[in-house]
Amino acid sequence: MNRQEYWNPVLETMPLEKLKVLQFKKFKRILTWAYTHSKFHKALYEKAGLTPDDIRSLDDIKKIPKVEKSMMRGIQNKDPFPYGDALCVPLEEVSAFRQTSGTTGQPVYQPDTWQDWEWWSECWSFILWAQGYRPSDRVFLPFGYNIFVAFWAGHYAAEKLGCEVVPGGVLDTQSRILKIKELKATAMMATPTYILRMADVAKNKMGIDPSSLSINKITCAGEPGAGIPSTKKRMEDAWGAKVYDHSGATEIGAWSYECENQPCGMHVNEAMFLVEIEDLQTGEIIEEPGRKGKMIITALDRMAQPCIRFDSKDVIEWDSQPCTCGRSFRLIKGGVIGRADDITKVKGVLLSPGSIEEVVRSIKGLGDEFEVIVDKQGDVDRIKLKVELMPEVTRLSIENILKDQLRLKTNLGYQIEYYDYGSLPRYEVKAKRFKDLRKKNFSKKE
Amino acid sequence: MENFSNLNVINDKILKIKQLLTELEAEAEQFPALSRNSKRALVSIKMLELNISDILAFDLIES
Repeated sequence: MNRQEYWNPVLETMPLEKLKVLQFKKFKRILTWAYTHSKFHKALYEKAGLTPDDIRSLDDIKKIPKVEKSMMRGIQNKDPFPYGDALCVPLEEVSAFRQTSGTTGQPVYQPDTWQDWEWWSECWSFILWAQGYRPSDRVFLPFGYNIFVAFWAGHYAAEKLGCEVVPGGVLDTQSRILKIKELKATAMMATPTYILRMADVAKNKMGIDPSSLSINKITCAGEPGAGIPSTKKRMEDAWGAKVYDHSGATEIGAWSYECENQPCGMHVNEAMFLVEIEDLQTGEIIEEPGRKGKMIITALDRMAQPCIRFDSKDVIEWDSQPCTCGRSFRLIKGGVIGRADDITKVKGVLLSPGSIEEVVRSIKGLGDEFEVIVDKQGDVDRIKLKVELMPEVTRLSIENILKDQLRLKTNLGYQIEYYDYGSLPRYEVKAKRFKDLRKKNFSKKE
Repeated sequence: MENFSNLNVINDKILKIKQLLTELEAEAEQFPALSRNSKRALVSIKMLELNISDILAFDLIES
């Protein structure tokens, strides 16, 4: 074992049975902390007739009630303002405010103490080290430094590793590309949508081939794209760099990461998080690989506003194979496959937006952007797919392959609309490419 | 897992630093620069505890 490969060579190679002991003991610790410091958590557990003493094994953990995002929305804007009574520390201990992006409704506020914020960057340090970031790297961060957590902790983790960090905050896309070129930045972090957007702007508006720049690794977050093989390939080809996936959330933390071996999946940081996978239909906890379910997650060391059995809605599955990197942290196959509230039934068939992305991005004659709209024509579901043709590509040359691939990968037929390259909306951060107009509250969510 | 027999020694050092910083913070009520920097340093020590001390506290490795 080369210890230099791991941020923490003891934890990352600890046998699974010992990791489970660690998780259980840390779970008891955070549960007791929340029970004794948060009125919200105490009331939640008392309603279920439970105290921390009732949790005597990992198997008992499923007795603990789950926390939904809607519950967190329900308590905020009350005292201690604005977080409400899930806050476990005096308000004066809170050193940072963040909020969720509100993709699925009213944003949730997230308080963090100094310790929580250091913990955030510690979790990101596991990620960046595993992806080959080292003190010699010059890391460019092309994101808006604002109230969303985004890559803030990635910034501080890169500093902790000893990298040189270039905050590309309020610069526009062209200025960011010029700064990367000028400074010979070696690494970058952004959403897949923005990585592709930057490559498009560099190539088509500035006449710069992004693969001629010095970026050799890119860490993605915020969307599943880096775990979708065709999207990952587009990014890697465009930038001539290795692209790594990572997953995290404002209310949870940075909980999983792809390592340098790119195993078509992500390691769960099982020293810092407890991940359970729940069957979407039965609610049963899935232990075995190969069965998809939604993730219930506990951040084992987050203190100000604990995240205990949070229903993330992320759809994942355990991989049956260990990673060749030697980490004992288990892999989730293909990363986050989708969100339970995005996976929807169309004409009686389960449809995940990620599977459409995989098809569109696998066809060279199509641009990076696309849009999916599900609605009803009379009583029948209809899926409209808008795609862009690359310049000098004819519709005839790709029409059949697109239809066939969509049918093969999703078992559904589509009404396809073709647009000129550059016609569909471009996004700077997270894209909104999937619209289900059948949902009554769709407009409110938007 | 390889033998990390020096973890106990490392942990002793972590706990000593923690003790010193806790004392500094407690003694520094009228000295914000001392108090707040000690408190902040304790946060870094907490990360060492998560990375190392917990492993020993939970008996996960033979010393």
